[in-house]
Amino acid sequence: MTTAYDIAMIQGQPEGDDSVPAIAVDNLHKSFGILKVLNGISLSVNRGQTLAVLGRSGTGKSVLLRLIIGIETPDSGSICIHGQDIAGLAIDQMGRIRKRIGFLFQHAALYDSLTIAENVAFPLEHHRRDMPKSERGDRVKQLLAEVGMEGDFKKLPSEISGGMQKRVGLARALALEPEILLLDEPTAGLDPISSGEIDDLILKLQREHQMASVVVTHDLHSARTIADRLTLLSEGEIVIEGTFDDLQHSNIGFVNEFLKQS
Amino acid sequence: MPSAVNSAAGLFNGFFEWFGSLGIFSWNVLKAAVTPPYEWRELIRQLDEVGSKSLPLVAMAGAAIGVVISLEARYSLSRFGAKSMFPATLVYSVIQVMGPIITGLVVCGRVGAGIGAELASMEVTEQIDAIEACAINPYRLLAATRILACILMLPLLTLGTDACALLTGWFAQTLVEPLSFHQFIQAGFKGATFNSFLPQTFKTGVYGMIIGLIACFQGMRTRGGAEGVGRAATNSVVLGSLFVILADVVLVKFILVVFP
Repeated sequence: MTTAYDIAMIQGQPEGDDSVPAIAVDNLHKSFGILKVLNGISLSVNRGQTLAVLGRSGTGKSVLLRLIIGIETPDSGSICIHGQDIAGLAIDQMGRIRKRIGFLFQHAALYDSLTIAENVAFPLEHHRRDMPKSERGDRVKQLLAEVGMEGDFKKLPSEISGGMQKRVGLARALALEPEILLLDEPTAGLDPISSGEIDDLILKLQREHQMASVVVTHDLHSARTIADRLTLLSEGEIVIEGTFDDLQHSNIGFVNEFLKQS
Repeated sequence: MPSAVNSAAGLFNGFFEWFGSLGIFSWNVLKAAVTPPYEWRELIRQLDEVGSKSLPLVAMAGAAIGVVISLEARYSLSRFGAKSMFPATLVYSVIQVMGPIITGLVVCGRVGAGIGAELASMEVTEQIDAIEACAINPYRLLAATRILACILMLPLLTLGTDACALLTGWFAQTLVEPLSFHQFIQAGFKGATFNSFLPQTFKTGVYGMIIGLIACFQGMRTRGGAEGVGRAATNSVVLGSLFVILADVVLVKFILVVFP
């Protein structure tokens, strides 16, 4: 059955309803074999908000993002994107939702046989077939300029640094003007200067585009800079959620230990 | 004893799990292939990749097979005083038997390994996840296009193999005992009908489906970094070749029954 939401998606209309969270996750469980990765996670993110998900390695932070975009399926619980439960959606129905979500992978996941410009043009070529080629080219240039990569159009991903790859990945994630941005370890493996540049870039993009963002990171400094709220995971469960001040004033042992070590 | 039973049960489970997963994969590819949007540009790229880039290889394989069959057939036929049967023997053995299977196995080696390794590498570096995250169906973009390109190009490549084999077969014969190419072709195709050759040539479309399907399946289910990529490439070739040979057994019987 075609819902009003499906029609809005097909017609490309903005949701526009700010009372519905952009992302609402409720009681999410996910296991891989006998390994329980997420154990009853609930969270929500509204338009214009940024939530940072912190935690030790292997606590299911990246899995949470993969569940939100539908690359993995949950064992139980619900994930609603703009009020639409994504459970059980066919791959093409899910595709309509994914067009509104930008995803930056931990290692950028650029297509290694395509140039930087072709990587950024990739989503446009598939979803904006009506857009004239010249206009598409201008849009690619604009996106690469936005992330400070205007001079390297013809380079292959293997010819640029990790930080640059993340910038290009970010440009690709923004190509379809998403309303939701999911960032998996945007500053991991980068030197402090590049990390700071990526943080500034994310902040600038969030201010300009007013997206709902979820940032998975180990980097507490980065999380403090770019997020409105932080949530700390341990053993698949949320230990605390709040502002950076809430975390600082918490008397939970794990929170204090995490802040001390970060 | 219980460990032997357990390992046998594990193998049994693995066997059925593999076929089950292949069935689900095939269904997903079929659904993606018949529903728009169609990935014409990627299909054309794959037709070039599978077809024109494999042509030199299958042509060389065909040329070698032509010479071998020519030498062997001339010797055997001479022993039985049936040298006049040489053109027909060469034509029928190349077009009905050797051309299709050699093309299938050569393409399986080149294209199967290539697809398996390429998709496996994309899988372990999250590029396939990135395609999915960009709201693009990877079964449609990656698998359907490659499988369709294999199905369409295998019969054409087989014609190339056959042509080269006949040419070199005739050439090897004519060096020993001059025979014009016109006479050779006339004698070779005497009494032949389309049914004698077309089913054998078009059955390679099935080989193409097997090669593409196995390679895409192995590539897209890869786990485990560089080792996984190597395993996917090897399995694509080994399983692809095995299933091509097994399919040949079934198809030969099928063709004999349907096109007597």
